Amino acid sequence: MLEFIQQLINGLSLGAIYALIALGYTMVYGIILLINFAHGDIMMVGAYVGFFSISLLGSNIIVAMVFAMVTCALLGVVIEKVAYRPLRNSTRIAALITAIGMSLFLEYVTLYFLTAQQRVYPASAFPLHKYEIAGLVISNKDIFIIVSAVIMMIILQYIIKRTKTGKAMRAVSLDKEAAVLMGISVDRIVSITFAIGSALAAAAGVMIGLYYNAINPLMGIIPGLKAFVAAVLGGIGLIPGAMVGGFLMGILETLVSGYWSSMYRDAVAFGVLILILLIKPTGLFGKNTGEKV
Amino acid sequence: MLDKKWAKKGALLVLVVFMLSVVVGCGGGQTSDKESKGDGAETIKVGINCELSGPVASYGDNSRNGALIAIDEINKAGGVLGKQLEPLVRDCQSKTDEAMNVSAALADEGMVAQIGPLTSGTVEGSTSVMMENQIPLIAPAATANKVTVDEKTGKVRDYIFRVCYRDSDQGVRMADFALNTLKVKKAAIFGSTSDDYAKGLAKYFKEEFEAKGGTIVAEEGFMNLDKEFRGTLTKIRGKNPEFIYVPGYYTEVSVLIKQARELGITVPIGGGDGWDSPDMVKVAGAEALNDTYFTNHYSVEDPNPAIQSFVKAYEAKHKKAPDSFAALGYDAVKLLADAITRAGSADPVKIKEALEQTKDFAGITGTMSIDEQHNPIKNIVIIEYKDGKLVSR
Repeated sequence: MLEFIQQLINGLSLGAIYALIALGYTMVYGIILLINFAHGDIMMVGAYVGFFSISLLGSNIIVAMVFAMVTCALLGVVIEKVAYRPLRNSTRIAALITAIGMSLFLEYVTLYFLTAQQRVYPASAFPLHKYEIAGLVISNKDIFIIVSAVIMMIILQYIIKRTKTGKAMRAVSLDKEAAVLMGISVDRIVSITFAIGSALAAAAGVMIGLYYNAINPLMGIIPGLKAFVAAVLGGIGLIPGAMVGGFLMGILETLVSGYWSSMYRDAVAFGVLILILLIKPTGLFGKNTGEKV
Repeated sequence: MLDKKWAKKGALLVLVVFMLSVVVGCGGGQTSDKESKGDGAETIKVGINCELSGPVASYGDNSRNGALIAIDEINKAGGVLGKQLEPLVRDCQSKTDEAMNVSAALADEGMVAQIGPLTSGTVEGSTSVMMENQIPLIAPAATANKVTVDEKTGKVRDYIFRVCYRDSDQGVRMADFALNTLKVKKAAIFGSTSDDYAKGLAKYFKEEFEAKGGTIVAEEGFMNLDKEFRGTLTKIRGKNPEFIYVPGYYTEVSVLIKQARELGITVPIGGGDGWDSPDMVKVAGAEALNDTYFTNHYSVEDPNPAIQSFVKAYEAKHKKAPDSFAALGYDAVKLLADAITRAGSADPVKIKEALEQTKDFAGITGTMSIDEQHNPIKNIVIIEYKDGKLVSR
């Protein structure tokens, strides 16, 4: 039992990271029905910005995270303007391929300039403390990751439910044409969505850097795909779905490696994707609305 | 369209030239003046057949650097038998067939012995040519057991030698160290399952550990590029091992050890030469690495003056610390020079005989004697991390 609870704790911080990345996928999909495959790589850029602001500017972890979030928010807006906006009215497959191209572009530009060698987050950025409570081990790092992820999710929920911008986002997501008729600037809302999604990914990137200490230019691929699965699991386009999906994925992975074998972890993660698509394509939280025409 | 045509013609031309060169090369082989080889020549030609390009270029590159430093040193001290060593450096492109071609070409050029290639696969490629021409090959780093012995017939390959220990030696050494020095009885294995190297280490560790009375309480694996080990580590923690064997490369092992310590796993952890990298301390942190041990060819921080003078010479020339491949390349050349001196001749067959009789040759990767199967019998260094510093045990 103790071991099981420990496994849950292990899964929570991983899940929090997945959830943050999944939010960006789901928000972008909710607004323009695009699966932004470059999202995992934006997270990688965030991890590097965080790394450089800690190692070169000597900033603390909070400042590094904010810095990474701001940089990636701008990056997200620019990517949307340059790569996706010109294709907004073309086929979805064209946009999807562009997203994959953008993903490769970010990976290999980083690889070219920063080399394939892994970078190490300075240990001084976040001195580690362990807490042992009744045989359970939890570190201040886990607590920091879970708490800051939850805070960001609460802020996001507030923006979407309580502010005018959030209302506009929901409106665009529901019906783009009608939103335009109501005087909402769709371009502006799409930009804001990309900015928020990319900022959350950047935060996740800094957390991964903190969590595993080592970052490299291709680090975004696997967590990006896992977060995509998490978004689909919760119901793509649905914000609470992404949060729950992320935590579920994190816990599921830890339980698979804890009680079965770590060799099957990825197989199970992607098996979940296939199962969900077969059984309930709208995800756990999705309603069967039928195709909008 | 025009371009395509020209490209085709170009390719054809290259092919024809290539085929011609092969034919000429073979012809040259038959008529090559054997006198230029061995005692009659002005210099002693040493073939250096290394992976200078391709996926394992860094191995070949570093090993060649080490070998050239050894040759420089020997030549400055007056050479061997009054003659200078002349290195013939060639690139086998990390390819088995190319290793063979390079060896054939080097044999024509009159080499008396060959250093390299580095991996077990490329050495295999070179082997038939060396055996045919009766020229000894010294492999710096080919660790597979089958390199010096034909697995089918059980016969020793006369002209193939190596200066590194085998995979089996490494696993066995760590098992003995755990049992005898650390005094543990229950061990867990959590190694990479992505390559034969780590799987081999795990296998031999397990055999030895169980044969000597220890028990393996858990056997788990991970894939290269994994970063999340907490789930499996928690499971291993539940089995209460007194020691964890983690064969693999530093990229994963460093993260793994850090996570193990974060989960409160305080038992000693051991591994193999794949751990050897400055990134270990940077990623895992000095504190997490306390009470961890790995088998290695040598330690850069060993105060032995021979090692330190090599490290200094290497750093001065290449602006980086020599890794194990560099040290093994250096030792391969030094062993060869030692054999030539003892043989009193640079005749390849005599060199081979002298190599077979090597006893207590003091290399920088340890003092070694060559056994009947052409493997060095040498002490495997166990290195401990102590507050972020490497300490040999």
